Amino acid sequence: MKSLLKYTLAFFIMAATTMFTSCSSDDDTTTTTTDELSGITKFKEFSNDTHTIELYSKAGSLEQGFNEISIRIKDKSTGNYEKNAEVSWMPIMHMTMMNHSCPKSEVEKTTPNGTLYNGYIVFQMAQNTTEYWDLKVDYTIEGTAYTATSVIDVPASAKKKVSSFTGTDGVKYVVAYAEPTNPKVAVNDIALGVWKMQNMMDFPVVDGYKVKIDPRMPSMGNHSSPNNVDATQKTIGGLYEGKLSLTMTGYWKINLQLLNAAGDVLKGETITETVTESSLFVEIEF
Amino acid sequence: MKKILFLLLLNGLVSFAQEQKDTLVPKDLKEVIIIGKKAKIHEKQSKSLASIDEFLDKSSQVDLIKRGAYAWEPIINSMATERTLITIDGMRIFGACTDKMDPITSYVEVSNLSEATIHSGQQGSCFGSTIGGAIDLKRNQNQFGNQKWDFAVNSGFETNSRQKIIGSSVNYTDSLFYVDTDIMFRDADNYKAGNNKEVLFSQFKKLNFSGTSGFKFSQNKLIEASLIYDKATDVGYPALPMDVSLAEALITSLKYMVIPKSPLLKDWETKVYFNTITHRMDDTKRPSVPIHMDMPGWSETFGMYSKITGNKDNHHFLINLNSFYNKSVAEMTMYPENPDENSMFMYTWPDVRTFYTGLFAEDNWVFNCHSGLKMSFSLGSHTNDVASDFGLQSLQIFYPEMEAQKTRLLKSIGLNYNYNKNGLEYGFGTGYSERAPSVSEGYGFYLFNSSDRFDYIGNPNLRNEKSIETNVFFGYKKSKYNVKISSTFFRISDFIVGQPNDFFVPMTIGASGVKLYTTLDYATIFNVDITTEWKISKQFQWSGKIKYSRGQDSNKNNLPFISPVSYQTELKYRCQKLNAAIECIGNGAQTRFGSFYEEKSTAAFAILNFSAGYKFNWSGSILYTKIGVENIVNTYYTTYSDWNKIPRMGRNIFLNLGIRF
Repeated sequence: MKSLLKYTLAFFIMAATTMFTSCSSDDDTTTTTTDELSGITKFKEFSNDTHTIELYSKAGSLEQGFNEISIRIKDKSTGNYEKNAEVSWMPIMHMTMMNHSCPKSEVEKTTPNGTLYNGYIVFQMAQNTTEYWDLKVDYTIEGTAYTATSVIDVPASAKKKVSSFTGTDGVKYVVAYAEPTNPKVAVNDIALGVWKMQNMMDFPVVDGYKVKIDPRMPSMGNHSSPNNVDATQKTIGGLYEGKLSLTMTGYWKINLQLLNAAGDVLKGETITETVTESSLFVEIEF
Repeated sequence: MKKILFLLLLNGLVSFAQEQKDTLVPKDLKEVIIIGKKAKIHEKQSKSLASIDEFLDKSSQVDLIKRGAYAWEPIINSMATERTLITIDGMRIFGACTDKMDPITSYVEVSNLSEATIHSGQQGSCFGSTIGGAIDLKRNQNQFGNQKWDFAVNSGFETNSRQKIIGSSVNYTDSLFYVDTDIMFRDADNYKAGNNKEVLFSQFKKLNFSGTSGFKFSQNKLIEASLIYDKATDVGYPALPMDVSLAEALITSLKYMVIPKSPLLKDWETKVYFNTITHRMDDTKRPSVPIHMDMPGWSETFGMYSKITGNKDNHHFLINLNSFYNKSVAEMTMYPENPDENSMFMYTWPDVRTFYTGLFAEDNWVFNCHSGLKMSFSLGSHTNDVASDFGLQSLQIFYPEMEAQKTRLLKSIGLNYNYNKNGLEYGFGTGYSERAPSVSEGYGFYLFNSSDRFDYIGNPNLRNEKSIETNVFFGYKKSKYNVKISSTFFRISDFIVGQPNDFFVPMTIGASGVKLYTTLDYATIFNVDITTEWKISKQFQWSGKIKYSRGQDSNKNNLPFISPVSYQTELKYRCQKLNAAIECIGNGAQTRFGSFYEEKSTAAFAILNFSAGYKFNWSGSILYTKIGVENIVNTYYTTYSDWNKIPRMGRNIFLNLGIRF
């Protein structure tokens, strides 16, 4: 009986201590640097003479399609991460006959006081045995310019996430699926990107267009879902956002149509009894 | 013995059984199908080991929707599961199948039951809200008495489906304690329709065990525990695209009963109960399915009621406080032909929790020995809560503003007058009642209806359905003959029904479209039946009944599953230990069918049945034999209540044997 009392008392003291310490840790500012990396995993590290460049993504890898990438720059001599660099990047596909780049965003600081910089790159094609991607990172710290380049691994995606094509207006476009990365049986917020190929190296965002969405399940007699909202831009230069309803798990083909500001269809078909899929589509499976 | 007046219906025989001990008897107008005390089960029924469905089918107030040879869905006053209330000894139980393949009646066995009490319309509100009426399946009630063991063995065989029935019961009674146990097993192959064509996927196997034990621990207090375990396997549903590999139920209860010393109160009964049902649909045996799918469902219910009855002057009153908490979950997983593709999963019932608490009160005010007025009212609180986030988000695809919880208040009130003097009897009544949408109507997700071939989506925003009903009956009874006509009329506003929505693409492969549950302005349902009986001589007795129903919605469309003119007539012979009967059952052609609801018409039919029974006695043991032929001329027919017009059984010879010792 006595020992039971002792154990009970000990338990309460332990519980109280745990509560106290866990509360106090909320104010601890030193943990913010580690919090920065929560949810992302390092998949590549390369360096020049002065710095090591670390690349992170949610999946811990890259693949064909839309990729959100975070960067950290570590000073080799001090081991500190650079917080005040101006960063830009240039991905290049080295094909047998030519080189080209792909759609990409500016590189911005993730948080004002953090060490991470981030942006996105849309690899419209995957590497193969003879053709590969590399990434050149240019950055300036206190007026001094640096650069570092490395080959990166961009395998083909299991499902189609990006499409590059020539529209009926003769312009070459890239359309890529960005969100949701973890689709649910629900109304999902979908984000798609639309870029055009100005030349081999420049792929600016296309503004003011519309992407029509028609999700279908080919295995279920082309079952579709209600209350989808076509994707439009909320901000100039941004991604196209819409609503994507998924009524069950499994394989979905998201049939798309790209419309210009005048409402002309540049690519893709409306799904009917006879037209069961659009020539412009992305795929998800969950 | 309780002094009650029941309106008896027995094999189409309508008669009054009145105990003349007390002239002040409340006349409760309800229909009671006597299935028989376990010990006497064989004495009165022409087919003693008929299924519970077949027993209910004999009632003039109950019809059954048939999706195969097993688990028929009862309809009362032309209304099916959603609008009616089926209880076992007052216990609320909810089927676990989204396709209504497991009505509550499928989880009991006829050998467990002593009677089925049918209340029409609002008068059935004792254990919850109902519009169409209620059936309470009452189990055998043993009496304390002299120490006694009772054993029985029952067995049966039916030629058409090669159904084999075997069962036994063991009962023990003494002055303070009793225990009743009963076990029954049925195994049937496919049945053959009238053209001798086999109806594929109409087989079933069912095992049922029931046990009840009571203990009297003081002069006026009793505690009783009971358990039903029912397991059906390999059940075919020829009218549906899927079968059932398992339907399993465990139904338990604990009852406490007091006979209060106060002269005001007659008895006070309190029961707590729990039941759990597992139901697994199965399409693996079907030769060609567009996509293979698993559709399991689970239903669990905790509940209690406390019911008190008493008398004060001319008032016979009943008060029942009842409550239940039900959890209904059903899933669907579909397997694409490409094995590399992920399986497709959804909740078809998104873990819906229903919590109901209600109060029912009834007063039978007996004016004199000829007339009385019954007043009843009920008030209940009904809350639905979608517990699965996955399921809630799925439904929010259709209803973005939908919240997980919804509470409703359900009310009902009824007044019924009756008069009975010198063989002349009549009565009339009126009532108002409300009901909440069922789980499927409120929260179902792509539930395929194989009759109209639409996928159904529930609607959590449905208003309560409200019904105003009137009923009237008129009868005349003499010692040799009697005749009775009775009728009910319902005007149901905010009538819940699925309506096609062209914007939505169906999920089920081959479905015609998607229907959303919505409310129609109103619908009207009218039922009338005439029953008559004539005792021709001491041995011969003739009875007949004829029935007609009519149902229309506010757009003047006929409702589906409404009976055309139907009739039954029977000539019985009884002489000491021998009894025999010949019966004719038929329907007129169904001309007013629900074409708007994709219902097709049904042709007229008539079939002939014959049965005979004999009782042998020797040295304290009794052997009953029942033999009969159903559908003697092997007619090929289907009725308005056969799902997808599957044909009914052709000629069938049955033999039932029972030994009691």
